[in-house]
Amino acid sequence: MGQSEPALELEELGMEMVTVESVVGRHRRDPSAIIAILQDLQEEMNYLPEGTLRYVAERLDIPVSKVYSLATFYRAFSLEPRGRHLIHVCTGTACHVRGAVKVLDTLERELGIHAGETDEQMEFTLETVNCLGACALGPVLVVDGEYHGEMNPAKASRLLKRMHRTRSDGEGEA
Amino acid sequence: MTPVETLRSLEDLKRLQATLAAAHDPSQPCITVSNGTCCQAYGSKRVISAFETELAGRDLAEQVKLKTTGCHGFCAIEPIVIVEPAGILYQKVKDKDVSEIVEKTVQQGQIVERLLHVDPATGERVTYEKDVPFYRKQQRILFEQARSIDPTRIEDYIELGGYRSLGRALFSMQPEEVIDTIKRSGLRGRGGAGFPTGRKWESCRRAAGEPKYVICNADEGDPGAYMDRGLLEGNPHSILEGMIIAAYGIGSHEGYVYIRHEYPLAVHHLSLALEQARAYGLLGQGILGSGFDFDVAIRRGGGAFVCGESSALMRSLEGDVGEPQAKYVRSVERGLWEKPSNLNNVETWANVPLIIDKGWEWYANIGTAGSKGTKIFSLVGKVNNTGLVEVPMGITLREIIFDIGGGIPEGKKFKAVQTGGPSGGCIPESLLDLPVDFDELTKVGSMMGSGGMIVMDECICMVDVARYFLNFLREESCGKCTPCREGIARSLEVLNRICNGEGRPDDITLLEELGELLKGFSLCALGRTAANPVLSTIRYFRDEYEAHIHDHRCPAGVCKALITYSIDPEKCTGCTACARQCPQKAITGEKKAAHTIDQSLCIKCGVCLDTCKFDAVLVV
Repeated sequence: MGQSEPALELEELGMEMVTVESVVGRHRRDPSAIIAILQDLQEEMNYLPEGTLRYVAERLDIPVSKVYSLATFYRAFSLEPRGRHLIHVCTGTACHVRGAVKVLDTLERELGIHAGETDEQMEFTLETVNCLGACALGPVLVVDGEYHGEMNPAKASRLLKRMHRTRSDGEGEA
Repeated sequence: MTPVETLRSLEDLKRLQATLAAAHDPSQPCITVSNGTCCQAYGSKRVISAFETELAGRDLAEQVKLKTTGCHGFCAIEPIVIVEPAGILYQKVKDKDVSEIVEKTVQQGQIVERLLHVDPATGERVTYEKDVPFYRKQQRILFEQARSIDPTRIEDYIELGGYRSLGRALFSMQPEEVIDTIKRSGLRGRGGAGFPTGRKWESCRRAAGEPKYVICNADEGDPGAYMDRGLLEGNPHSILEGMIIAAYGIGSHEGYVYIRHEYPLAVHHLSLALEQARAYGLLGQGILGSGFDFDVAIRRGGGAFVCGESSALMRSLEGDVGEPQAKYVRSVERGLWEKPSNLNNVETWANVPLIIDKGWEWYANIGTAGSKGTKIFSLVGKVNNTGLVEVPMGITLREIIFDIGGGIPEGKKFKAVQTGGPSGGCIPESLLDLPVDFDELTKVGSMMGSGGMIVMDECICMVDVARYFLNFLREESCGKCTPCREGIARSLEVLNRICNGEGRPDDITLLEELGELLKGFSLCALGRTAANPVLSTIRYFRDEYEAHIHDHRCPAGVCKALITYSIDPEKCTGCTACARQCPQKAITGEKKAAHTIDQSLCIKCGVCLDTCKFDAVLVV
């Protein structure tokens, strides 16, 4: 685990270039695969830094403006670094009618951030998702890929406390 | 995967099917565990590994087969375990139940009573899967195989006759005949609009230009709908087979599946399906030794709802932003990369092999005059038996919600059912006997849409529901055309002020006018149908709008600005549970004495309501 500290820009760009080369190569430098390329890059890098977008544009020979427009049009992309833990609150209709708003309110209040933001310690990123298609479980939270169903404010709050505890335990051991 | 022998002829496929079927002994004990996304969320993976350990520990791994499948549709009771050959169904199985199931049921032939399904309507226990009331009124032709197929094994699909229809199309039908069969079946697109599938294929076949593309729309974006996820996870080959058959009919050699990235398991199963089909020679060059070539690539969506719209989806496939285009150019003539392109939804594709296999007459016999076949609905929200239900077209809403769905939980009253996603509308109790098909739902101001069916009880505020959908659509409108971009934003403004208790007397009229604007002038269906959630709730629940505007009251107790939380001193036992949970420390009171809420501190978060076990928290 561990988010890299803001390192020297040049050094970081060096790392980025290696990653971009390998991902772009995997897609045979095909400009029509740009969305897949950005998806793969985000998976590897956690977000899409500006330098990466510029370098992708150069390698695919398309304008930076187009890459930027894609990265901002599609909800899946983040131009900001995200926290160590990613919390997705499903706000699909089935979750909504079962109280997803209250769950989201609770998380926003307890984390001190709004949906779409990351806390100062870079610990949690809170995001909403339109529908995960796990409607029977609603309201649903997904924490780092793990689904938690039948949520309510009290359960969501307990889940956060548990995560905080695990974290401080982890730090104690280290 | 293990290397397989490429099938070079129809005979090869038939031989493989016969070999697989012969190797299958139906009397052999078999434990099936449902393992779709929601099953996994309920712990099915732990159940499966517990079975593996248990069977190995008892030296039964050879005698007893363990099979994992996709979703069985009855999501409210997952994970589901079926013990064959008897067909016993156990519900909500946990890993700790596994050793008892193996010992009692598999080894001693006894029933584990406590794991049997209890029908919420009658309170009776049901032993066998075939007797479960949830399935009784359904006609599961698309989902039938998913209950016994391991979706990661193409052999399971082939054993049940998979790719037989493809063989028939390639070797004994002309392309025009394939299209004609689909036309006569009466199949209409399951993505929402209900366009006749055969006619679409025909237009694409006749269109000038090469290459032609066959595309599967698996960008299931309607919130509250997950039929396509169920099919993709549970029986991916049925979709693939449908696409290959269409490609043969249309004369296409290149296909795409555009699938939501929010469905990782579906992407995984579909990727495996493509790989395995290629290895067997069912996809790629010279399929089954015929001269026909076709291959499919997967593209993951970027989380934009508008990309479910056909022209936007094609722009996204090209690597562009997903902005829809005006429809005077049809995509069957100029679609992906300006070439003739045929796009159908996941569920439409899954129907195709069945129609070729059983004939169009069989298919046309199911359903109503204008809507043939079955339709899968995701029955969700405030309903007991949440899940994916597959019913013949023409069944009534009441049958779906009460007979199949088992009614509303906690004895609450039914209020409305929302169909058609953000493009659809809310249907009130007075219309529950409406037969469900494409045309009937449109007549009452909703639409079939892709199949989301969200049940709402008396605790749901209809103004808030309208606001929810408009908020969704405001985020998802691509912004290209002004009527949609501005019409939605202004409607949302009005709804927000109504929910905040600041509604004006003429706001309902204003919403209706904005609705007309959206309907008449938006570029694509997202905007044209955006007013449906608003207009349908005004039409059937006008009194709720009026209560918000004139009386500053939210009758369902949802809109924060219009409600207060209090504690009923009669019911409060003074257990202090709410006071301990309250994030504002707004609740005070002695132990074993009635508590009170300080309204100046209360933020109406609802934690006390969820915490109280004595129904003592009141929302007025």
